[in-house]
Amino acid sequence: MSIEAKSEHVTNTASGGNAELIRLENVHKIYQLGEVQVHALRGVSLQIGRGEFVAVMGASGSGKSTLMNILGCLDRPTRGSYFLDGTDVSQLSKVELARIRNQKIGFVFQQFNLLPRTSALENVELPTIYAGVSPAERHSRALAALERVGLADRAHHFPSQLSGGQQQRVAIARALVNRPSILLADEPTGNLDSRTSVEIMDILQHLNEEEGLTVVLVTHEHDIAQYAKRVLEFRDGRIRKDYQVSDRWVAREVLPTLPVLDELDAVELGAQDATAPGPVSPSEVW
Amino acid sequence: MDFMNTLRIALRALARNKLRSALTMLGIIIGVGAVIATVSIGQGAEYLIQQGIESLGTNAVFIAAGSNRAGARTGFWGVRTLTVEDMEAILREVPLIRSAAPVVFTRAQVVYQNQNWRPRIEGTTPEYFQIRRWGVQAGGIFSEDEVRSAANVCVLGVTVARLLFGNQDPIGQTIRIGEIPFRVVGVLEAKGQSAMGEDQDDRLIAPYTTVQRKIAGITWIHYINASAITKDAAQAAVPQIEALLRERHRIRNPEDDDFFVSTQSDVAEMATQTERVMNLLLGSIASVSLIVGGIGIMNIMLVSVTERTREIGVRMAVGATEADVRRQFLVEAVTMSMAGGVIGIISGLVGSWAIAKFLGWPTLISATAIVIATVVAAGIGILFGIYPAWKAAQLDPIEALRYE
Repeated sequence: MSIEAKSEHVTNTASGGNAELIRLENVHKIYQLGEVQVHALRGVSLQIGRGEFVAVMGASGSGKSTLMNILGCLDRPTRGSYFLDGTDVSQLSKVELARIRNQKIGFVFQQFNLLPRTSALENVELPTIYAGVSPAERHSRALAALERVGLADRAHHFPSQLSGGQQQRVAIARALVNRPSILLADEPTGNLDSRTSVEIMDILQHLNEEEGLTVVLVTHEHDIAQYAKRVLEFRDGRIRKDYQVSDRWVAREVLPTLPVLDELDAVELGAQDATAPGPVSPSEVW
Repeated sequence: MDFMNTLRIALRALARNKLRSALTMLGIIIGVGAVIATVSIGQGAEYLIQQGIESLGTNAVFIAAGSNRAGARTGFWGVRTLTVEDMEAILREVPLIRSAAPVVFTRAQVVYQNQNWRPRIEGTTPEYFQIRRWGVQAGGIFSEDEVRSAANVCVLGVTVARLLFGNQDPIGQTIRIGEIPFRVVGVLEAKGQSAMGEDQDDRLIAPYTTVQRKIAGITWIHYINASAITKDAAQAAVPQIEALLRERHRIRNPEDDDFFVSTQSDVAEMATQTERVMNLLLGSIASVSLIVGGIGIMNIMLVSVTERTREIGVRMAVGATEADVRRQFLVEAVTMSMAGGVIGIISGLVGSWAIAKFLGWPTLISATAIVIATVVAAGIGILFGIYPAWKAAQLDPIEALRYE
């Protein structure tokens, strides 16, 4: 209990964010699995300001994925409230939640989750279709988003023709295309080798620093969390630690120290993704 | 999300699995094609029957000799009691009947030089040509006087004329029926096949007196072709003719009638009825294929929903509502069934054209059938697409994104 009280205290003094973007108040999530009740979140309160870069850490089963689902408006809390950009989204209907996801949230997944046999450009266009954007504007917005992740020249490639890192950059472009308030990344580097992981972190840091995008990142790797500004550690459905990263890593500075994968390896990695679009387990990659 | 986008997404999804989409559509293609072909054959037959009826005239009344009496059923033509006197009595006493022609018929060998043939030989009066609206293409018909004098003159159907004379002009030539010489006075207009499939041009027409006395050797007639003043009068005349003939033939019980009286519309109705039943039967067999096709679509759509669970999850995560997902899969199903419908219509049209061309059956393309087939195809897509689409929309985005 004391830890929780302390963490709330820390939350309120979170630096790096000016205006409040996210506020959770005593959020509980209980899953009913047959006869058993699973208490995934046990009273989480938390504030995230605009422009923050938060890493959510914790073992599996700690509640971090549940938190992401709720932050991403894919799920609703059983109890408690969730204010996103000033509106209480915990009581919204499914249709309203879909609208929020479309307009305010950009998702990046561990498995990239690009539509197969669909060009990078069209993958990036996907959220704009549901936003009712005109075809011409869709096109230019998607191209601009691809440019931001440095993949404008791959616009007409299919996911199977792209390396894992490139696929994840397309996914980031897709998350950015509707100009969301927040980017939610769920283990975005979990399927990538170490250098590509840092490249992805570079893009996220760049978006956060230069464009002021709020980033919330779920990871179980301390190495990755070091690129964030703030870390939330979860255990047993509660926030156990909430601290600012003191010795923050800058991806741009780390990159030159890493060995470059030679061409052949990169091709192999891409080919692997092409034949088996399913996940490559982290143990295989590391 | 607007409709064009939904359609584009659907087309892309179908194009991704071309073979599968094609096989799925096959059921609908066969169903719709079969319905179109069946209906066009049916309509063709119906048209032919209508034509035949019109050529006989809707006022026509048909009085045939024949008995239906229990124990001695002889059917048509089996009795010898119908005579020309009966016909004259009808003309005299039933004012609704405007004109009438007696008909006796038989078959006999007809010879011209070294050619011979065995056509249907009909004996009648000049009214016959008028009642049946059947003119001559060359020469003329025989006269009342020639009927009265039992002259040896005849009019040939085109089939007979062709078989006996080839390219020669038959008018004025003499042919033999048995041993008796006949002068050809005319050649009938071509009439083609009847609704029952017999060649109406394979006949030779002579005065009934001549046929009765010199060829068939009988005194009675087989039937009377009569014409009433109007179509309604034809119906009204039937009981009057029946009453008159019963009186003349001394029949008390209608069951003992030795004649049948029917109007053209009776015959037409019967023929059309038979045709309809056949059509219905064939149509329902074809519809079974449509239903099977629909189930095929549902099956594939369910597979597709399972396969694309992740895609559905992604779409939901980036802002697709349940309605968007439902619409997407529904449009996919309808696109498939509609494409199948269109291909089915085309193959049905080609099929009925081929039937007309190679089997010689008459076919008639019906716009109604095409419209109905299109609507039914779309309906099947919706009907069998609803459940898979609903299933897709019910997916939980979190589960869907995690689906392997």
